[in-house]
This record gives sequence, structure tokens and C-alpha cells, in this order.
Amino acid sequence: MSVLIREVVTPFLALGLLGSGFAVLLSVCYRFLSVKGDPKLDLFMSILPGANCGACGFAGCLGFAESLTREGAEPTGCLAGGSAVAARLAEAMGISMEAQAELVAFVACRAGRKAAKKKYIYDGVDNCQAASLLFGGDKECDYGCIGLGSCVRVCPFDAIGINEEGLAVVDREKCRSCRKCVKACPRQLISMAPKNQTVLVACRNLDKGKRAREVCSIACIACRICEKNCPAKAITVVNNLAVIDYNLCTRCGICVEKCPQKCILLLPAGKADRQEEVASAAPVAA
Amino acid sequence: MISNDLNIFLILFSAMVVNNILLMRFIALCSFFGISNSLKTSMGMGMAVVFVMLMATAVSWPVYHFILVPLNLVYLRTAAFILTIATFVQLEEMFIRRMFPPLYRALGIYLPLIVVNCAVLAAAFLCIDYKLDFGRSIVYTAGVSFGYFIAIVMFAAIREVVDHAPVPALFKGHPIAFITASLMSLAFLGFKGMFGL
Repeated sequence: MSVLIREVVTPFLALGLLGSGFAVLLSVCYRFLSVKGDPKLDLFMSILPGANCGACGFAGCLGFAESLTREGAEPTGCLAGGSAVAARLAEAMGISMEAQAELVAFVACRAGRKAAKKKYIYDGVDNCQAASLLFGGDKECDYGCIGLGSCVRVCPFDAIGINEEGLAVVDREKCRSCRKCVKACPRQLISMAPKNQTVLVACRNLDKGKRAREVCSIACIACRICEKNCPAKAITVVNNLAVIDYNLCTRCGICVEKCPQKCILLLPAGKADRQEEVASAAPVAA
Repeated sequence: MISNDLNIFLILFSAMVVNNILLMRFIALCSFFGISNSLKTSMGMGMAVVFVMLMATAVSWPVYHFILVPLNLVYLRTAAFILTIATFVQLEEMFIRRMFPPLYRALGIYLPLIVVNCAVLAAAFLCIDYKLDFGRSIVYTAGVSFGYFIAIVMFAAIREVVDHAPVPALFKGHPIAFITASLMSLAFLGFKGMFGL
């Protein structure tokens, strides 16, 4: 009998009492120490994407949600969530808001291994900043995509990949316009364009025509053919580079046909566009 | 060998450097590799471990000596310690959340993770195995947790630099992290035998 008590009852009682004691302690403490969270905060958190990308300027989604609980906050701060999240936030906050055009990132260079000439063979630290410090990058063109994926690494949404041509390509469906890649690119090659803008100039070369032709077979040579042919007068050549005014452009595609260098792109609209962009884009290990 | 006769500074030094919990004993490697991608998160994790480990030893030592030993239930110590540590981590989380919101925001995500961190349990066990008194147990645990902090922060700093290096595709990611860790471990082997510890 004493063996039974010693070997079975005591251990059961000891651990049982220890556990129950802790349970009581925890529930009592919970009573005194629990924090009553703002119920709205949880609501905002459930609407926000939760990627903690920091594009809103706060430390993460929680920081932005906290700012929304204060007076006079703007529901449009979440760039990643875009207009859909802003609309739901406005509804949750009980205020109205106007719709905004959705923007996606675009990398203005399509000069891969065949098109762009190389200055030297780069074999160093694996980021674009480091490569661009070394004689302005390994491409003869001082404006082209270096392709080491600094933008790929900062993208919180996995929306940029490096394709087999060694160029950064944006997945227009995945891009949530947080603009992290815009800041990361040492060449300022990435810019934001409306999502329905399917005609884009895929070049940033500011060299004069002769020099531009020497360094890359598809560079903008500032020939002004697009400018002359545009029926909507949406293209102007500024500083040796064709620039499209997205507000005037009608996406007619005439400039794409006329461009002798084929540096203006016509992206297929909608879902097909995504496949075209992603088919060649493989993600880079971060 | 660590014992009660040893100077407390030697206990601290031994736990922190000579027998570093991560690099010499290979305990808690899951968090060592999991949360060492960036310096910032590794510092948060390191601080949370220091905090939890000290509390865990402070609670589990009395539980062992005043409950388990008198009742002859030493063989139940694993269950009892896990129970104790889990409870007190919950309690600490509540306490910090209420009293120190900025600290909670810094450590918040890591505190629940540490419930399952084997280093915390290991520190509590080692204090018992070395038969240390309460004061020395706390000093020893402080050493162990500082050792964890130092190792994970150094490792994260190295990994951040390695991320930018042109590592061969074969070694990208975790393989190169394991190689880095083993080299760090070799370096720490140099402390072995110091002061006869």
C-alpha cells in the first residue's frame, strides 16, 4: 500500500497540484494584467495585407493600424494593399474616399545578353550597388539593368524575378506598388506606371544616338519617330530619351510599330500579360 | 568542472565562452539557424532568451529543491520544468505587455517561441546537475544566456555579409550557414581548457 502511495499517488498529486497551482496563478494574473486592445485595431489588422513591407512609413502593419485609430488618419496609406484595401479600411473607419489609379512597377530595360554589350566580366559581391560602383557596372550602357537582383531581394511580394537574359522583370499581377524596388535600384530604372498602361518605353539611355547605338542594339536613339507619329501627342523626346505621358496616351501602339530600335513595348493587357512576363522570369535566391 | 567552490566570475566566463551553449554544446540550434537572418531580429531573440532563461532558472530551482527532492520525485523533473517554464513565459508575456509596451513590441514575437527553446531547459538542468546553490545558478544561467546572445548576434552579423557574397549555388542558404557555424565553433574551441574549465 505504501508503495502505491509513494509511486503513484504522490507523483500524481505533486504534478497535478503544481499544474493546477500554475493554472490558477495564470488566470488570476490574466485578470489583472490583460490588456484591452482597441477592437478596431484587430479589424484593421484583418484588412491589411500583413506583409509588414514598411511602404506606409510605419514599422509594420501594426504601426499603420495604430495610426488609423487616431483622429484624421488617411486610409490610403497602405501602398501594398492598393485601392481595394483602402476602400475596405475607409468602410471600417466609416469615411468615404475617392478611387485611385493602381500603379505597378516597371523596369525600363530589355537589353539582355544579346542586345547589350559588356564592358568586362563581373565576378564580385552579388548586388547591383556594388557592381555599379565598379566602372559603372559591367554593361557598356551606363543606364541599363545590371541584373544582380537588388530589387528582387527587397520585394516583399515576390513580384520581381531575374529572367534568363539577366534582366529584372516585374510580375504585374503580383506587384502591390510598395515602391521598395524603386528605391533599391541604383540606376533608377524602375518607375511606377498605371496598371492599364500597356505601352511603355523600355530604355533609360540618355546618350546621343550614335553612342546609344554602339552600346546596345535596342537602346532609344532619340530619333523622334515616335514623337512625330503619335496621334495623341503623348510622346516627347526629353534629354535624348522618349517619354510617354500616361495621361495622354491612348495605348494605340503606333509608336511600338514605328520605333526602329524596338525599344517601346506593347504589353498584352490583362492576364496574358502576366504569363508573358513570368514565363521567362525565374526567382533569384535571396 | 563547475562547482560551488568556483569563483562566480569563472562560472560566468565558463558558461558564456568556454562552454558556449550554442557553439560548444550544440543546444538550441533550431533558433540559432532559424532566427539569425538579420542582426535586428537576432538581437531581439537574444534579449528575450536572456530574460526568459534567468526567470526560468529562478523558478525551476526552487521547484526542484523544495518540491521534487523532498517528495523523492526527481525523475519527474523534465515534466515539472517544462510546466514551470511554459507557465512563467506566459506570465512574463502578460506582464511585459501590460507594464512595458515598447519592450513587448520588441520581444513580443519571440517570447512564445522561447517556450520550446531547449537552451532554457538545458540551463535549468545544468544548474541542477552541477549541484549549484541558488545564487550561483543565477550567475551560471546569466552566463549561458549571454553566451547565447553573443553567439547568435555574431552569427547573424556574419550571415548578413555572406548574403551579399557570390556563394556557389551548391552552398547557398543553409549549407553555407552550417559551414559558418562550424567555423565559429572551431574558433570557440580555442577557449577550451582555459583556467582548467
